[in-house]
Amino acid sequence: MSPMDQSLQSIPQAADYIRFLPELVLSICGIVVMVLDPLLDEESSQKTLGLIALLGTIAALAATLYMSTYPGLGFWNMIRVDEFSVFFHFLILSIAAVVILMSYEYMAVQRIRGGEYYGLILFGVLGMVLMSSAVELVLIFIALEISSISTYILAGFRLREASSSEASLKYFLLGSFATAFFLYGVALMFGATGSTNILAISQSLQANTSVLAYVAVALMFVGLGFKVASAPFHVWTPDVYEGSPAPIVALMSTGPKAAVFAVLLRIFFQANAPGRFWLIWVSAALSMTLGNVGALVQSNVKRLLAYSSIAHAGYVLVAFAAAPELGTSAALFYTAAYAAMNVGAFAVVSHFAGFGERYVTLEDYSGLGRRSPLLAATLTIFLLSLIGIPITGGFFAKFYVFSAALKANLVGLTIIGVINSAIGAYYYLRIIVVMYMREAREETPVPSVPAALGVALAISLIATVYLGVLPERVLTYAQTSAAQLVHAETAAASAHPGAVPPAP
Amino acid sequence: MSSEILNSWILTLVTFIPLGGALLLLLFPRRQRDIRIFALVVTLLTFALSLHLPVHFHRFQAGFHYEIDRQWIASPNIHYHMGVDGISMWLVVLTTFLTPLCVLISWKSIAERVKEFFILLLVLETALIGVFTSLDLFLFYFFWEATLIPMALLIGMYGHGRKVYAAVKFFLYTMVASVFMLAAILWLYAKVGSFDFVTIQAAIRSGQVEGFSSAATWLFLGFFVAFAVKVPLFPLHTWLPDAHVEAPTAGSVLLAGVLLKMGTYGMLRFNLGLFPEQARQNAPWIMVLALIGIVYGALVAMVQPNLKKLIAYSSISHLGFVVLGIFSFTSAGLNGAEFVMLAHGVSTGALFMLAGIIYERRHTYEINELGGLATPMPMYATFFLFITLSSVGLPLLNGFIGEFLVLSGAFQARAVYGVLAATGVIWSACYLLWMYQRVFFGKVTQEVNNSLPDLSAREKTALWPTAVVALAMGVLPLIWLNAIDPAVQNALAPFAQLASKVAGR
Repeated sequence: MSPMDQSLQSIPQAADYIRFLPELVLSICGIVVMVLDPLLDEESSQKTLGLIALLGTIAALAATLYMSTYPGLGFWNMIRVDEFSVFFHFLILSIAAVVILMSYEYMAVQRIRGGEYYGLILFGVLGMVLMSSAVELVLIFIALEISSISTYILAGFRLREASSSEASLKYFLLGSFATAFFLYGVALMFGATGSTNILAISQSLQANTSVLAYVAVALMFVGLGFKVASAPFHVWTPDVYEGSPAPIVALMSTGPKAAVFAVLLRIFFQANAPGRFWLIWVSAALSMTLGNVGALVQSNVKRLLAYSSIAHAGYVLVAFAAAPELGTSAALFYTAAYAAMNVGAFAVVSHFAGFGERYVTLEDYSGLGRRSPLLAATLTIFLLSLIGIPITGGFFAKFYVFSAALKANLVGLTIIGVINSAIGAYYYLRIIVVMYMREAREETPVPSVPAALGVALAISLIATVYLGVLPERVLTYAQTSAAQLVHAETAAASAHPGAVPPAP
Repeated sequence: MSSEILNSWILTLVTFIPLGGALLLLLFPRRQRDIRIFALVVTLLTFALSLHLPVHFHRFQAGFHYEIDRQWIASPNIHYHMGVDGISMWLVVLTTFLTPLCVLISWKSIAERVKEFFILLLVLETALIGVFTSLDLFLFYFFWEATLIPMALLIGMYGHGRKVYAAVKFFLYTMVASVFMLAAILWLYAKVGSFDFVTIQAAIRSGQVEGFSSAATWLFLGFFVAFAVKVPLFPLHTWLPDAHVEAPTAGSVLLAGVLLKMGTYGMLRFNLGLFPEQARQNAPWIMVLALIGIVYGALVAMVQPNLKKLIAYSSISHLGFVVLGIFSFTSAGLNGAEFVMLAHGVSTGALFMLAGIIYERRHTYEINELGGLATPMPMYATFFLFITLSSVGLPLLNGFIGEFLVLSGAFQARAVYGVLAATGVIWSACYLLWMYQRVFFGKVTQEVNNSLPDLSAREKTALWPTAVVALAMGVLPLIWLNAIDPAVQNALAPFAQLASKVAGR
């Protein structure tokens, strides 16, 4: 009798719901937002529903805190609460909170109704956090779809722009295609191991590894590689980022990426996927190189940051190629630092874009240092962090990733990485140069910073600098999470002796 | 405060007081006068505190002084480890000495975005001091990279002409080169498990680093490239003239006075300290490059029509002496190299200030726009001559001591190097004195130059200290060398063993 059948006989315990509490909070808030939407006029739908969404994410953060005191498996071994999933819950929910804060101003300027927008953000975030705690491939697939479909729609939210609809459609078509790859991989993995549970797969793969498992891992990597925008599955990124609303780009360049990285880490290291090394190696090297070289010639800041996000996915993958434990903690830290600085950068871009996102080219940023010193200084710090200059999180994250890679003797990949980060310096620097060293050609207006955006910027800024100066706490947390993730199978093996036997 | 506590915290204070000042400046209202005065007070305070270092320096105490070693991050194993020896201590003092002068010289010439300027200047000072005081390789790299941004912004925001081009070129050259150093540092950490300079040095010397023998040359080169660009060593020097010509005066002073020394200091500390054998193997071609730098820099300086460019190329020539001295592996050579670093910091810093003073009046650096300035500006001419002579290497002034020591070191290493380098001294006399003649002697060629005002009290205040120090260093070099020599002997210790090893075969 398989453990699935055993568990089906019992009903869910209270602890199961606690382990699922943040997801519950998010879905309830999402439904509330959707229901309230028709009852409110445009202006108050922006304000009130935004507030509800914000409170929802904060409540979900509190729920995560509560959840973290109940580590273990829940819902018939489908989800697993450990420090690893708590880490990603915190990260993704914080990203969501900051994105909602910056959406406040954006919605008012662009005149977008709040209901669907905030509702979809909440549902998308629900999918993302669920991905980080799911240890069952089918559930992962469902979570991935919840998150992806929400972001497909959100990408099209600049209703008056054709480019936004194009972005949405492109993202949807290519994304569905990629998800199909993932699903096919899941099916093959089930064929190879007789299970879709990551912990059971891990044990089965230890016993014997068939060719099927290799193909399955490759297919899953294609699907997930698309979601994190790693080369060679990155071609959609610039167009989609350019067309989508800026706050949504902030979300989708960090939130789903973090969640999918969590899934990748689980599949690669917890399930101990075979044949992963060269997949990661090639994808990492390609992402860093194509991302950085592509960014060199961009004149649209959103496109530039899109290419930069491809490059940063590459740096994270460098960590994946390193030794499991050290690599995982480096990847966790990098994801967190990247989230802080990238969300911050997009907060400035979104504020500066104006109605219809008119001001998004490099030219528009000229003289910003003089017109709005504080905003320019803030953006500078985010950009310096993206380059990897000291006292910022980006520096430490890169340092840690390359250090982990060298520890695993990946000299070639490290050299490619450091050369790339030098190339990267050039295009981030271009923005700084334009802001401080060029005079404005025509006075592009700089609206004053509203309170919500100020809070969003302050959170991102503090997080960026905090991770660079006092990384110890987050680092320790990342390290214990990584240790739990990598050594989960031994813990699971002792807890569930009756694992599924490999398929004949 | 007991002196014990002060001794362990003094480096922290000296390093971070400018940064604290910069943060306070952020809160200042935009009243230019207050900002300037505040910046001056902060930099003077830093200078006064940094004098604690040489005053309480114990010559015969081995190893590093004023050490502080606290854990910063447990894993990766990063320590807040600071300390100085005779070599780095004087570079710290040089930095703190030049910065208040930079504030004074920028008093009038920076009229726009004053607050940002002084914030950048103070942040730069912290980063520069940090480079010299760090004994943890992570911390060192941290400060090393941190110098880039304020300097690039100073050039790009306050420079003249093709300032953006110069700033970006400066940034990219240094950034690209230093990532190789980062890779080398990370490799060392992966094998040793520590970023601590002393620990790594001990591990390398006792041969405990696995795979070191095959990687050592690459590691040496990784560090060396980063430092060589900074020095700058021929043929990696092309960013320097651009950066100097376009930089504001204070930027040039710190660039020539301190930033370039980061490179030579790095060679001395890390290339020699961690990889003595590889340094020995690679010394021949490095010395050849240094010689080319000396002669080439001097020859190009001679034909420059632009005052600042001339001084910039003279820096390349002088820094060639430093590299030559370092890679001669002789006691005289190393002492001389360190002394040239300090002397060059003072004299070239002063030369750039003088160039800035004339630029404020005439808005040009072109030598043929000037001429006969001795008549309208006698005081200026006197200071200029004094500093020029110190830069040329006139005995009893600071340039002479260092160059003499380097040359004698080079002779000991290989006579032909000494001979060739000695021509550099002649060249420097040629281009500097010829430049002096064209600028100051003869009749006033341009009508406007007749009415130029002589030095103001503020400008004199900025110049007097450099002149006094230039003289003091020339007359009483032992004040400096007493502290430098033990550190140099320490740096040379492995080379004596190497030599005996070779002889033993």
